[in-house]
Amino acid sequence: MLLGENISMALASILANKMRALLTMLGIIIGIGSVIAIRTVGNSVTETFSESMSSMGATNISVGVTQRETEAVKSEESGLEFRGRRDRKYPEEKDYITDEMIDEFRNEFDKEIDYILLNESIGSGVISVGGNNAYVSMVGGDEGYFKGQNLELVAGREIGDKAQKGGKAVCLISDYAAKKLMGSEDYEAVIGRKLQSVSGRKFYDFTVVGVYKLEDMGMLFGGNEDRETTLYTTLGCAKSHTHVKGYPNFTVSKVTDTSVDSYELRSRIQIFFDRYYHTNREFEVSTSSMESLLDELTKTMDKISLAISIIAGIALLVGGIGVMNIMLVSISERTREIGTRKALGATNGSIRLQFIIEAMVLCLIGGLIGVILGVSGGLFAAKLMEANAHPSISSIIESVAFSMGIGLFFGYYPANKAALMNPIDALTYE
Amino acid sequence: MSDKRRLIIDMENIVKRYFIGQPNELEVLHGVGLKVYEGEFVSIVGPSGSGKSTLMNMIGALDLPTMGKYYLDGFDMYNAREDDLSAIRNTKIGFVFQTYNLIPRMTALKNVELPMLYAGMGRRERTVKAKKLMHMVEMEDRMHHKPDELSGGQKQRVAIARAMANDPAIILADEPTGALDSATGRLIMDIFHRLNKEQGKTIVLITHSNELAEETERIMSLKDGLIISERKGTGKVAAG
Repeated sequence: MLLGENISMALASILANKMRALLTMLGIIIGIGSVIAIRTVGNSVTETFSESMSSMGATNISVGVTQRETEAVKSEESGLEFRGRRDRKYPEEKDYITDEMIDEFRNEFDKEIDYILLNESIGSGVISVGGNNAYVSMVGGDEGYFKGQNLELVAGREIGDKAQKGGKAVCLISDYAAKKLMGSEDYEAVIGRKLQSVSGRKFYDFTVVGVYKLEDMGMLFGGNEDRETTLYTTLGCAKSHTHVKGYPNFTVSKVTDTSVDSYELRSRIQIFFDRYYHTNREFEVSTSSMESLLDELTKTMDKISLAISIIAGIALLVGGIGVMNIMLVSISERTREIGTRKALGATNGSIRLQFIIEAMVLCLIGGLIGVILGVSGGLFAAKLMEANAHPSISSIIESVAFSMGIGLFFGYYPANKAALMNPIDALTYE
Repeated sequence: MSDKRRLIIDMENIVKRYFIGQPNELEVLHGVGLKVYEGEFVSIVGPSGSGKSTLMNMIGALDLPTMGKYYLDGFDMYNAREDDLSAIRNTKIGFVFQTYNLIPRMTALKNVELPMLYAGMGRRERTVKAKKLMHMVEMEDRMHHKPDELSGGQKQRVAIARAMANDPAIILADEPTGALDSATGRLIMDIFHRLNKEQGKTIVLITHSNELAEETERIMSLKDGLIISERKGTGKVAAG
C-alpha cells in the first residue's frame, strides 16, 4: 500500500487522540529537545570563542613565570579546571625571564618563531593640554610587540627601529586621546608635540610621533566616563622608568607554517626554560596558547554534551517505551478495525507497515517539537551568554532520524502483534 | 439450478475441528457440502451453535477447513497460503457484517475506497469508482461524513458499497439486517435483491430469520454442523 495513504491514516489516528499522543511524545520531546539545546549552546559558545580567538591571534603562545604546582593542586586538574592555589604567589624580579634567556631563546627557536612580543607596563597617568585631560595607560613595547598589536595609524608614523634601539621617549596615542586633548579631529596637530603624563608624583615626558585608531570596543567600556586608552612607547623608555630587569611573561608568535605543531613547540619551550628554572623551587615557566584553550573548551563542551546526551538517551528510552505502550493500547482498541481491514484484503505486511508508520509519525512529530523547543531554548541561552547563535544542523538531522528510528524500533513489536492477529478473533472482539 | 452455470462455491465434505490433539478437541462441522452457482441468491439458516459462523468464515476465506475440498471461483482454498487468502478476500469476496465494521476515523467514501487501496488501485481511479458505488446505494450526499454521523441503515449501505468495491465473485452478508429496524432492514434487503437481479451478483445470506431466508432462491438449513435440509425459497418478500 502507498506510503502517503499510510501517513495520512497515521495522522488521522494521532489527531483522533491529541492529548494522549502529546503525553506519549513527551519523553521524546524532552530527550530530543535537551540534546538539541545543549548542542546549540555548545556550538554557539565554541564558534564565538574561536572567532574571537582567531581575531586575537590563535597562533600566539604565551610564555610566563608561574608558581610551581604542588602535587595536590595537580591532581585537581583532571575534570573541570579548579585551580585553587591556596597560597598564590606572584613572581618577583629575581624570578623573571632575563634578557639573556630571551636572546638565547631567539637563537634556539629561530626557525619556529616569527617574532617575540615583549612589553613593559609603566602604569596609568593623565595628560593635560591647555586644561584638556586624557587618561592613558603607558606601555612600552619592542618591535615584535608593535607587529602583534597591528595598530592602524591615522596620523604620523610608527615608532622606528632607531627610536627602539635608543629607547627614545617617543609615543603613539589614540585618536580618542588626541581628540580629547586638542578638542578637534585634527590629529596632525598633535604630531611632534611634547606631552607630559602625570602619575601620582611622577612625571613622564613623551614626544608624539603618531596617532592610532582606537578599535571600537562597543558598549563594553561605554558610558560617558573618560576612557583610558593606551599610550605606546618604546620598550627601552618604559624600562628606564620602571627599572625592572627581565619579564614576568612574553608572547611568542609562531611562524604561520602548519608543519610547526603548537603542542610540540610548547613542550620544547617548556624544556628550554626548565634549564634555567630547575633550581627555582617556587616558580617555573609555563606556556599556554589560544589553540589549546579552544581545544580545552571544546573538550569540556563535548563532555557536557555527552553527559546530557546520556540523560537524553534515558529520556528517549522511556519515551520509546511509552510509544510502544500506547501503540499496544491503540492496537487493542482497534482490534475490530484490524479484523475488518484483514477481511477487506489487508495482508499481514500492510497491517504491520500501517502501525510501524503510525509509531514513526508519532515519534517524528515528537522529535520535530523537540527540535523546535531545543533550538529556540538553545538560541535563547546563547543570546543570554552573548554568544553568536549557531544551531547545530547536524544534530538536528541526527535527532530527527533518531526519533524515527525509535518509532521503528519500539513500534515494530506492537505492529507485528497487530499483523499476526487472527482475523476471525479480531472481528468478533468486543 | 442448472449445472451449466459457473460454480462459485464448491465445498465437499468440509470438516472443521478446533483444539486439534487436545483433550477438549471440538468438531464444529462434520462434513458439509455446499454448492453455489453464479448469479444465485442463497441463504444459510440455523440456530446459534449450529456452525453457521464457522461455515461463513470458511466461505469468506477467513478460516481454512481441517479436512475437505473447497474451491472458491475455481481457486483451491485448501492449499492456499496466508497472503493468498488476503488476496482472495480482497478480490473475490465482499463482506457485509451485522455490525457494519466501518473504520470510524475515515469518511464513508474513504471506507469504500479501502478494498481498492489494498488492491493497489490508483487514487483517482479509486475515488471515481467509490463515488459510483455510493451513487448506487444512494449515499452520495453523505459520502464525506464519518460513520458516527450516519444512521444504522446508512452505515449498512456504505458497507454494501464497500463490499462491491473490487467486483467480488460473491457477497457474503452475515445478518445484515440484524441491528436494524424492520423498515430499514427491508431497504437493505431490497438493495441485495437489486444487486442480484440487475447485476447478477452472487449473494450468500447468513441469517437466523426464516422470514428473510424465504426471499432467497435456495435455503440451506444448518444444524449441529451438518446441512440437514435444502429447499427452494417461496420468494415471498417479507413486509417492510
